[in-house]
Amino acid sequence: MLFPLCVCASLPPFSVRTSFSAVIQRIGRSTVDAVKSVGRFGHFMGDLARAVPDVAVWGRLTLVQLRRVGVDSLPVALFIAAFTGVVLALQASYTFRNTVPLYFVGTLVGKTMMLELGPVLVGLALAGRVGASMAAELGTMKVTEQVDALETLAYDPQSFLVLPRVIAGTVMFPVVAALAILVGILTGWIASLVLLDLSTHEFIKGLKLFYQFKDTWFGLFKAATFGFTIAVVGCMVGLGARGGAEGVGLSTTRAVVYSAVLLLVLDAFWALVLLR
Amino acid sequence: MIQFRDLHKSFDAKPVLTGFTLTVPDQETVVIIGYSGTGKSVALKHVVGLLQPDAGDVIVDGQVVSNLERDALMALRREIGFVFQFAALFDSMTVFDNVALGLRRRDLSDDEIAERVREALAVVDLTGAEETYPAELSGGMRKRVGIARAIAFRPRYILYDEPTTGLDPVTSAVIDQLMVRTREHLGVTGIVVTHDMRSAYTVGDRIAMLYEGKIRQVGTVEQIQQTEDPVVRQFIEGRPT
Repeated sequence: MLFPLCVCASLPPFSVRTSFSAVIQRIGRSTVDAVKSVGRFGHFMGDLARAVPDVAVWGRLTLVQLRRVGVDSLPVALFIAAFTGVVLALQASYTFRNTVPLYFVGTLVGKTMMLELGPVLVGLALAGRVGASMAAELGTMKVTEQVDALETLAYDPQSFLVLPRVIAGTVMFPVVAALAILVGILTGWIASLVLLDLSTHEFIKGLKLFYQFKDTWFGLFKAATFGFTIAVVGCMVGLGARGGAEGVGLSTTRAVVYSAVLLLVLDAFWALVLLR
Repeated sequence: MIQFRDLHKSFDAKPVLTGFTLTVPDQETVVIIGYSGTGKSVALKHVVGLLQPDAGDVIVDGQVVSNLERDALMALRREIGFVFQFAALFDSMTVFDNVALGLRRRDLSDDEIAERVREALAVVDLTGAEETYPAELSGGMRKRVGIARAIAFRPRYILYDEPTTGLDPVTSAVIDQLMVRTREHLGVTGIVVTHDMRSAYTVGDRIAMLYEGKIRQVGTVEQIQQTEDPVVRQFIEGRPT
């Protein structure tokens, strides 16, 4: 019995010291990694800014990306928006019934689609579609040395690969979000007419009730920042891919997760800065 | 002239090059041989600034590559053709566009570009393959397109990274002939990285063996074939011990 007791008496201080040292090491490593990431991001953005004068390269390629990011994303974005509009109208009527006049359904659908759900839902959906596709494409190019090949042909990967995607993301996300907002309000209106016995006049009255022009530009501005963020993250993570197929898969997953998290943080940030 | 001067490079604290020194005079083809993973491709990538040395220099035409500003580096890259191990063709582009891409960075008209692409594809015996995509080509054809892309803009230097790896002996011989033909037609200075000794003897004016991060021996084909150095001997004879 004595031996186990001795072991028990001597182990805890040693194990506490070891685990404390491990925690400190982990914190140190994480801090260094975080500082490195910030440095890499700064370097990446600096390179991106330096690529801007190279219009001859990125100008032509941007048109292709505008189509890929914008036009090709429309079906997904509009599908999501259409159902969101219907659900919003039904939930609003459920909440307001017998307490608030039903024309407020129009207010809620309009405000929510413009300020929040239009840009955020489209952003999240496109973080998966656009961000993942950028990370996978650039990651594959990186691990198969196509990015190195571009450089040896005297092209800057930032102007050939990154800038067209970032411009397309920044320009097309507000366009897609605007159409999604329109479709959401439209389906909310149709749902109100068909399912809630609300008249068009009442719905529009509610829609206009607390409308400010800021509602429109706030949502679209937010969408532009989401597009910029998703494209930058997708490109940066993709170009950082290492190894083979596994590395590309990891980058793609990372791009989607980072984009989604950053998008929600940005959403809260803009609400804090612009809506107070 | 390309000079590697006391080049050091490590990855994640693992030393790869530890004082690599080699001079490649104009119009000469130097073959760098060595075991897999000894840093042959790493050395090559320093010439075009794809990698930065930890210490030492790579000097091309008197310019230290790692000190060059972006525009000067771009200008230098326009003088150097690089043939990648797996060709590194752009999947989304046709063979024509792959070969034309480097030419579009120069002041050439569309007609001149088309002419140069046709010429380069003729040199590698791929006339008529302009509209095919890389996915439709065999490994050997892809390598030939890679060579066409590198020679299309008439560079002063060509760097080949394991040009015959993974190819059957006949296709390897075709690629070797192509490299010799390219040197004779264009008078370019070349560095070929390979561990294929038959290829090294065919294309090299001189052969340098990279071993444990440094040049173990450098000499003409005959000097290497008659070497007494046990490490070099073992490698060129392909003996396991």
